[in-house]
This record gives sequence, structure tokens and C-alpha cells, in this order.
Amino acid sequence: MATHHSRSAARMMMAPAVIVLLGWMLIPLTMTLYFSFKKYLPLRGGDLGWTGFDNYTRFISSSAFLPSVQATLIIVGGVLVITVVLGVLLALLLDQPMWGQGIVRVLVIAPFFVMPTVSGLVWKNMFMDPVNGLLAHLWKFFGATPVEWLSHASLQSIIMITSWQWLPFATLILLTAIQSLDREQLEAAEMDGAPPLKRFTYIILPHLSRAIAVVILIQTIFLLSIFAEIFVTTAGSFGTRTLTYLIYQRVLESQNVGLGSAGGVYAIILANIVAIFLMRIVGKSLDT
Amino acid sequence: MARSVTTQRKVFNTLLAWLIGLLIFFPILWTILTSFKTEAQAINDPPLFLFFDWTLENYAVVQDRSNYTRYLWNSVIIAIGSTILGVLIAIPAAWSMAFIPSRRTKDILLWMLSTKMLPAVGVLYPIYLLFIQLKLLDSRLGLTIILMLINLPIIVWMLYTYFREIPGEILEAARMDGAGLKDEILHVLTPMAIPGIASTVLLNVILAWNEAFWTLNLTAAKAAPLTAFIASYSSPEGLFYAKLSAASTMAIAPILILGWFSQKQLVRGLTFGAVK
Amino acid sequence: MLPTKTLRTALAASLLAAGTASADILTIATVNNGDMIRMQGLTQHFTAKTGHSVEWVTLEENVLRQRVTTDITTKGGTFDILTIGMYETPIWGANGWLVSLNDMPASYDTDDILPAMRGGLSHDGTLYAAPFYGESSMIMYRTDLMESAGMEMPEAPTWQEVEAAAAAMTDKDNEIYGVCLRGKAGWGENMAFITTVANSFGARWFDENWTPQVDSAEWKEAVSFYYNLLTNYGPPGASTNGFNENLSLFQQGKCGMWIDATVAASFVTNPNDSTVADKVGFALAPDTGLGKRSNWLWAWALGIPAGTQKEEAAKQFIEWATSKDYLALVAEKEGWANVPPGSRTSLYENPEYSQIPFAKMTLDSINAADPNDPTVGDVPYVGIQYVAIPEWQGIGTAAGQEFSAMLAGQQTVEEALANVQQLTAEEMEAAGY
Repeated sequence: MATHHSRSAARMMMAPAVIVLLGWMLIPLTMTLYFSFKKYLPLRGGDLGWTGFDNYTRFISSSAFLPSVQATLIIVGGVLVITVVLGVLLALLLDQPMWGQGIVRVLVIAPFFVMPTVSGLVWKNMFMDPVNGLLAHLWKFFGATPVEWLSHASLQSIIMITSWQWLPFATLILLTAIQSLDREQLEAAEMDGAPPLKRFTYIILPHLSRAIAVVILIQTIFLLSIFAEIFVTTAGSFGTRTLTYLIYQRVLESQNVGLGSAGGVYAIILANIVAIFLMRIVGKSLDT
Repeated sequence: MARSVTTQRKVFNTLLAWLIGLLIFFPILWTILTSFKTEAQAINDPPLFLFFDWTLENYAVVQDRSNYTRYLWNSVIIAIGSTILGVLIAIPAAWSMAFIPSRRTKDILLWMLSTKMLPAVGVLYPIYLLFIQLKLLDSRLGLTIILMLINLPIIVWMLYTYFREIPGEILEAARMDGAGLKDEILHVLTPMAIPGIASTVLLNVILAWNEAFWTLNLTAAKAAPLTAFIASYSSPEGLFYAKLSAASTMAIAPILILGWFSQKQLVRGLTFGAVK
Repeated sequence: MLPTKTLRTALAASLLAAGTASADILTIATVNNGDMIRMQGLTQHFTAKTGHSVEWVTLEENVLRQRVTTDITTKGGTFDILTIGMYETPIWGANGWLVSLNDMPASYDTDDILPAMRGGLSHDGTLYAAPFYGESSMIMYRTDLMESAGMEMPEAPTWQEVEAAAAAMTDKDNEIYGVCLRGKAGWGENMAFITTVANSFGARWFDENWTPQVDSAEWKEAVSFYYNLLTNYGPPGASTNGFNENLSLFQQGKCGMWIDATVAASFVTNPNDSTVADKVGFALAPDTGLGKRSNWLWAWALGIPAGTQKEEAAKQFIEWATSKDYLALVAEKEGWANVPPGSRTSLYENPEYSQIPFAKMTLDSINAADPNDPTVGDVPYVGIQYVAIPEWQGIGTAAGQEFSAMLAGQQTVEEALANVQQLTAEEMEAAGY
């Protein structure tokens, strides 16, 4: 359909975006690869020569590596499940006729505008603190012993904070999708006497599959590299050290740039495995 | 759209939705309330909700200590600058992907998204060294470029999905009328795409505003935005809940207000092609 | 940060006074502690004196450390003055990254800086950073609670006496906990404290051949003691309590004792912030009779990165901020109790400052600490609550997380020690020891 002329025009128009992104990918990637084969210790004089695959074996054989991959996957998976399930329910509710719908929607999307650093600090200090936190007061009010959130339920706490931030995003996309649903089809089903649960599984959910796929894809991209929420709350303690956080510790705390760079390469590989996996499931529903 | 439901049902919906909405909003509300307390009232047992001596003292202390307006200005420039730059680069790319698709279009799109998966911490040293060479450290220009690069894939994708919903017949009709490529984009496409562009811009201003790794690590005094402002209040010595709340409120207020006023526009384009 | 009007007046004044002297703008990175924030508020005095103005970059401690370390190792040159600790200074100085401060003018009186501080901030006899304030650690305790428990705190208690006092003061029903200690993970948080406990029990991080010693009997004894003390008599959530959290607990009257930095003394005795301001006593950090007390030595100091274009102005700033005159200035504005402590001998000879209840105990604690001889046995390293090698940050942070998880009940003392031994060995191997 497109002519030769318009094809080359298309290439011209894509060029700026492709070139800058290629640069953004290749320059740091090349430098990371370069450092990952070096013994590079900034505090011991910097570049101490080539070490082959030493950094790679060391990073992966460290006792911290597997738990960090596990923590990453638990956090990403946990947040995805919570935001998608609650997002669907919330979107269904917000789609119903009610008074003050606009205001409710504003209330629900507000957390999305809060910086991750701020939400981490606010949750940690004003809600989850076992002595002065609001949740501790709530627990005491009901006669229970306050939960030490960030130490005894650390992963759950991180998942909770992050879900709070991303729930609005999921809800919004899902709500838009629900609103585009063909009402007549729903009403017809209702006339035929299909119970609400059936209507949900056979009409609404299939219609939402595409939106759910989008939510999962976008959130995964952001969640794989979550950092600020962990940095200000647990600083990687109590099993919340994700792969990103482990790399941070290797590079900035141990000051071992070579080792951290090798970790960076692993993180890129992991991200791409997750991405390919996602595309397999999600990609299908993205096709038109 | 109006569906007939019983009043009873509507009352129930309303109550439930408001309850959940307030619950979700509560942490922000609590932060705002705490910012008007004294430090001692902030940790009062039992917690004080509305009946305390409202004070502006914390805001005065924070303003006195840090030059809020400068951080704010940097945040505004960097967030808006990176978004505009990103949109300018993304529009032609998204346009060509949407209207002159090739076999590789989808691969290119997915590749673009995959560049977002590069863990920022892993490349801090390379980027820092590069920034020293280019003399971009602690400059708004440097941050604008970095944030543009980080968000460009999302911008391209959002615009692409939005453009694709524009019916091709309209373009063909315009071509029949003898419109050139330039006219096509400027006079036919752009007006139709404005809602999509608006919502793309909004989402990316939010993302850029909240980015906290690069903005903190590549700045010092001159270009530091509000994320750095918050880092000076995060855990000082002594009681700090009220001051932290005041600083937090100051950091999130501008974007919160912007978000609220423009939420209709934001929602309209925030589909990523999920709506057929 | 400066009101522009003051700035302009100051500039005008200095131009009149200094004639052609050029005015620089210094970028200073500092930590968001109370004393530094006070210094920011007084910057206009520096500007009035020299004509140079200052841009402050105030950050939370961990963020600050990450920022300045990245900048100095890459020679980024973003900052003209860095606020660094006793740990970084000798390492960076040895690498040639800091400007020597040996040539300060006579009026600055370098010899007046406390010898322990001067030693800790030097490498091979060259001073690389000037102490803004210094600290050791000591016991702060509630005199009223001790009295009602019928006990008396010795001036130099043992750990056993501290444990007995903690048991006597604990009243969990009224939210009073016998002892508050650091449990939050971090090499500058729980590891600083645990390492001093270990020192007093005769444990050491490395033997003379740099072999990690965390699997030793002394370590087990020390960590078990710490664990039991804090679990039995400490506040809930102790595994996330650092200096700030404990400070606020103590100020709220929830701790019987708190063993921490001497600088905290001025906060807990300040009636504006503390509900127990007039009920605080001080004692030396405990020991076990082996000859080493569990007190550390630390200083926040100002250093100049090598290669800065503004070395002269930066030196003038350091001269101003760490001078005797600065101490007098703060005393005049805020009272002697708020003067940055632990940096100069003359401060402790000042009769007015001696009136401060914690002055003597602070000085005694600082003098009891020797970074060159931190523990009972011989060690190849310098540093009391840290090991002054570049790898320490990584080891300390990871080890801190293990001990923090132990406090939270996620692993036993034995498991924590075994993990720390292993990760220390890993880090040392990665660094090529």
C-alpha cells in the first residue's frame, strides 16, 4: 500500500528517535560491558586491568545473588497481582452510577502523582513505624500488638507501598477499557438472565484482556528497576535486596564498579527474559 | 450512557466508592494534615486528626532553610523541557509507525521499550564519566536530555497507539485533495491528535517530575530539582515528621494540582491502545 | 539560600574592604545534621568577612555519601568542599584526592584541634580535613528511672551493670524500655555500635593476615550479649532503629538508657525538643574488664577535593567554619550547649563551656578512644567502629543487614555470624587480599 517514496520518508521520520535511543542504549551498554571485564575499584586506584569473566562468576556465585533475583520477582509479581485484581474491581465500581464520581476518581488517582521517595518516606515514618506510626496506633486501638512492618513483613510492606503507587495507573487504564464496552451486549446478557459473575467472566474479562496486558507490560518495565522505595525504607535489609539494589550496593557501597557492571549485564539479561516472556503472553493480545 | 439503577443501589455504590477513594487518598491527606502540626503534635498519642493548633511554622522553617522556588523552577524546566523534546522527536516516529507500518514496526517498538529496562544504577559510572567529559554535570540541559531518553519509548508508544486510532480514510481524503506530507501532518493529523498528545505530555511530565535516581545523582546546587530538596529532609536528627510532611507537601503539590485539573485529558489518552 | 539583600550588603561591604579581591561562589556538600543546618544559617557572616558566597547542597547522610564518593572517584569537580567522615578522609587523602590542610595560617591554631581528631583525619602526618564536630559514644540514662529503681549508675560501668540497670528500668506496660540501641542496618548505624561492643569483648574483624575473625568465640559472646540485651529490654522494632529513631524515643521518655553518640547529649537535654531534658545523666561507654571500653570516635569534617579552581576561597571557608571564632559565634547566637562539640581543646578549657553537664563526659569519652589500637588483640587496621579500608563500606552494610535480620528474628546469632564471616571473606577476596 505504501509507496517507495513514503517508505523512505517513514525512515527519515523514525531516524531521530531510533538514533537517540540507539545511542542511549549502546553507549552505556558498551561501557558497562567494558567495565564488567575489568577489575575496576575506584578507591584502590581505578582501573586495575582485565580480569576476563571473573566479575561474572563472582557476582553469580555470591550468596546474595539468588535471593536478590527471588526478591525482584516476588515484588514485581506481587505488585502486578494486587494492582490488576484490585484495579479491575475498582474500575468496575467506578463505572457504576454514583454521586460525585469525578471527585472519587481524583482521590483514587492521587497516589500516582506522589514521588516514590516521598511515598516511601511517608509510609515508613508516619504509617509503618512500630511506635509512632498510624498503623501501630490502629493496632493498639484494637488491643493488638503493633506489627513491625518493615522488619517482620518487609517484602509485603514494599509490595504494599508500591501497589499503592501503581494502583491508580492500573485502575485508570482498566476503567477506560470498561467504559468502551458495548453496553447493549451486556444488557442483552442481563435480559437473558446471566448472573453477574457469568457476565463478568464471559463478557467483561475478555474485553479487558488487552488492557490488562498493557498494564502488566508497562508496570513490569517500571517495577523491575524499582529503587527509591527500597532505598528509603529498608535499604535492602530483611530480604528486600532486589537485583537492582544488589548492583547499587556493589557499585556504590563496595565501590567495585567491575563487579557491579557484571551485575548490570545480568540485570539486562533478566529483564530481557522477562520481556520476551511477557511479549509471548501479552504480545498476542496487542496484535490487531 | 445513563443506566437506570435503583436509588438504593446508587447509594450503596456511592458510599463504597467514597470509602475506598478516601482510604486510598488518606496517606496524602495525613501528610498534608501533619504538615500543619508542631513536631510534638505530629507524634501525639493518640494521633490528632483535625483538632490541633494549626501552624504554618514548618513551612516557614523549610522555606528558610532551602530555596524552595529554585528547586521548583528546576523541576518545572526539566520536566517540561524533557517532555517537549521527547514529544518533538517522537511525533514523526510514531506517525510513520502508525501510518506507514512495515514488517519491523512492532519489533522496533518493542526494542524501544526494552531500552527502558537498562538498570540505572549499573550505568551510573559510565554516564557520570560521560557527563564530566561533556560538561553536563549539574546542568538542567543534561538532566533534560537524560529524562527525555528515559521517557522517549513511552512517549513513542503512547503516540503510536493514539495515532493508530485515527482512521486512515481521512488521510487518504486529504491526499486526494492534494495535501502534501507537511499539510497532512500539520492540518489534518495534528488537530485530531491533540488529545492524545496532551495526555502523553501530562503523563511524561509526571514521570519526569518523579524521577529520583538521575535527578539526584547528576546534580549539586544549580540544577537540583525537588527530588534533591526532599533528600535534605528525609531523616535528620531529632523529631522531623512535621517538617518532612511540609517538605513533602511542597514537593508534590504542584504536580498533584496539575494532575487533578487535567485528569480528564490524562485519562482520555492513557489507553496505550488497550481500547479498541 | 541567602537572603539576597544580605548578600548584596555583604558583597558591597567586602568589596569596599578588600578592594580587588575576587568573590567566588563555593558549592559545599553537607549532611542534614543540626549543626550543619545551623552553619548554613550563619553563612552570611562568612560572606561578610570574605566576600565569597556559598551554595549549599544538603543531603541525607546516605545520599550525601553516595554523591560525594561518585564525584571524587571520577574527579567530577562538582563540589568545592565536601563534608566527609573520619572513615573516608585518610583513604581519600592517601589517594591524593584531597588538598592538604597543613598550611593553615597560625591564627587558625591547628594544634588546638583535639589530638584524637587530628590523628583520625590525617594520613602520614598530613591533615586532609578539618573537624567541624567530633564525637565519641557514651551512656545517656534517665536519672529519675534509675532512682526509682533504687540503683545508681557508676561513672564507668561494665556491660553486666548496664544489663542489670536495663532490667530494672524496663516497664513495657508503660512503654518504657530499659535500653535503646542501634539496630538499623548500615555500616554507620548498627555496625558502628556492634563493632564497639565486639571490641570491648576482645573481638576483632581481622587478624594480622587480614583473615576475617567473625567466627571467633569473642564475636559470638559479644553479639549474643547485644542480641539478648536488646531483645529483652529494648523497644519494639529495634531492628529498624538508628540514631534518629532512638533519639526521638529517648526524647519522648521511652528509653531508660541509650548508648550512642556524644553529640546526642545536647539534643536530649534541650527542653524544646526533649520531654526528659532535666532527667538525663551521663556515663562512659561500658566494658567487660578487658581493658577496652566500647566507645567509638568519629568526626564530620570539611575537606577540599584536589583540582578545585577555588582552593583559596575553600580554605577560607574551612578556616572560618572550624575556627574558635565560629564556636564563639554559635555560643553568642544559640548558647554554649549548641556549639559544635568535640573539635577543639580550647572549647573544653573554656570555663563557660565546662558548665555544660555533658562537656566533661564527652571529652573523657573522646580521649578514651584510640583508632590505632581499637581492640584488645593486635589488628592490621586503623579504626574503632569501622575498618579503614575501601572495602569496609560494602562489608559493613552487608553485615549490618545480617545482624538486623537477626534482631528481627529471621535468623539466629550463629547463622548471622556465619553469614557475616562468609560475606566478609567474599568481599576481601573480590578486592584481592
